[in-house]
Amino acid sequence: MNSARADRRLSLAWAALTSVDDPEIPALSIVELGLIRCVEPRSDGTLEVGLSPTYLGCPATEVIRRSVEDALHNAEVGAFVVTQVLSPAWSSDWITAEGRRKLKSYGIVPPVRTVSSMRDVMRGDLPVACPRCQSIDTECVSEFGSTPCKALHRCRACLEPFEYFKCI
Amino acid sequence: MSAAPLSIDAQNLFRYVLRLGDLSLVLGQRLGEWVGHAPALEEDLGLANIALDLIGQARLLLTYAGEVEGRGRGEDDIAFLREHGDYLNPILVEQPNGDFGRTIVRQVLIDAFQLELYQRMTTSTDERLAAIAAKSVKEILYHLRYSRGWLVRLGDGTLESHARVQSALDALWPYTVELFAEDELDRLMADQGVAPRVADVQTAWAARIHDILAEATLIRPKDRPHAWHGKRGQHSEHLGYILTEMQHLQRTYPGARW
Repeated sequence: MNSARADRRLSLAWAALTSVDDPEIPALSIVELGLIRCVEPRSDGTLEVGLSPTYLGCPATEVIRRSVEDALHNAEVGAFVVTQVLSPAWSSDWITAEGRRKLKSYGIVPPVRTVSSMRDVMRGDLPVACPRCQSIDTECVSEFGSTPCKALHRCRACLEPFEYFKCI
Repeated sequence: MSAAPLSIDAQNLFRYVLRLGDLSLVLGQRLGEWVGHAPALEEDLGLANIALDLIGQARLLLTYAGEVEGRGRGEDDIAFLREHGDYLNPILVEQPNGDFGRTIVRQVLIDAFQLELYQRMTTSTDERLAAIAAKSVKEILYHLRYSRGWLVRLGDGTLESHARVQSALDALWPYTVELFAEDELDRLMADQGVAPRVADVQTAWAARIHDILAEATLIRPKDRPHAWHGKRGQHSEHLGYILTEMQHLQRTYPGARW
């Protein structure tokens, strides 16, 4: 395969991946969530797409994998294989700037840190500003929301509940 | 054609990975019993999310165990088609949920154990276990934040909530002995750099639990010698009920998929 064709194949693959939305947060593509670890041709010509799971128990993981396979198939990128990449473990730090912006406009507060260490996680979060009134007088109601990646918060100023995408 | 016998190293690794995977599987199944029954919607979601993370750990670990074994067994075969005595989880995780406080006590004890264990396993010589540990440990931090937060609220709460979690702690404490009862397999895995030394995990766990109990105004029960052997497949009667429910579908409709 010459290099122009190889480049075209990669851009087709990336375009296909960008078209796959997260099933739980449809405002974001899986590329913006930082789930794609690699898109590389193997020596035998098979295109390898490395996919990281967000949380181990997230039921969306299987749906995402199937959607990725469908999208790559429809984009006619030739032979491909989707592999699960566990290491390094997915981090909320990998959500793109555009992804963070979209999360926010969707009403979910993006992670307050963009470089998370385990110590930070154990110590607890920085104040999370209310997405509606911007007050930082908010509290965490539960560490787990409707999906494992989100926590439930409440604003003490405007009294509205809101969801927060946790640092991990 | 009968399969070639497993090498001793493969047998040991298989059993060790089963211990880890069965702990996650059985505790995940136990926590799942809370779905629809927790004291509030937030706790229903919290416990269910922790259960899902645990089942996620179990899937990775049991898949790996099947590969180490090399007999073509997948995660579902190992989870659903083994007998009582083949499960190698510590007995603590099969203990009944009791009230919410008792579930939280059990969770704190195990979350802290998993945290200290998996933190150290991220540098395992076994690359697969190192990767699973690195992935799991980040989630376990959130589990512990949740369980610790509740233990402090209940322990340092009303007279009633304090008395309930103290009595749960007294009842469950003896089962923690098994987590740190080092046997030949634990030693072998540590010698090979696959797993951390049990004593190191125990020291770090004890310090962490000490701080949490102090914050929760709870009294650490005294250690008494106990001989539990869940890690070797000898279980309390509770596991049988868990398996009956968990395996029902696969036993009734072998090979069922959805």
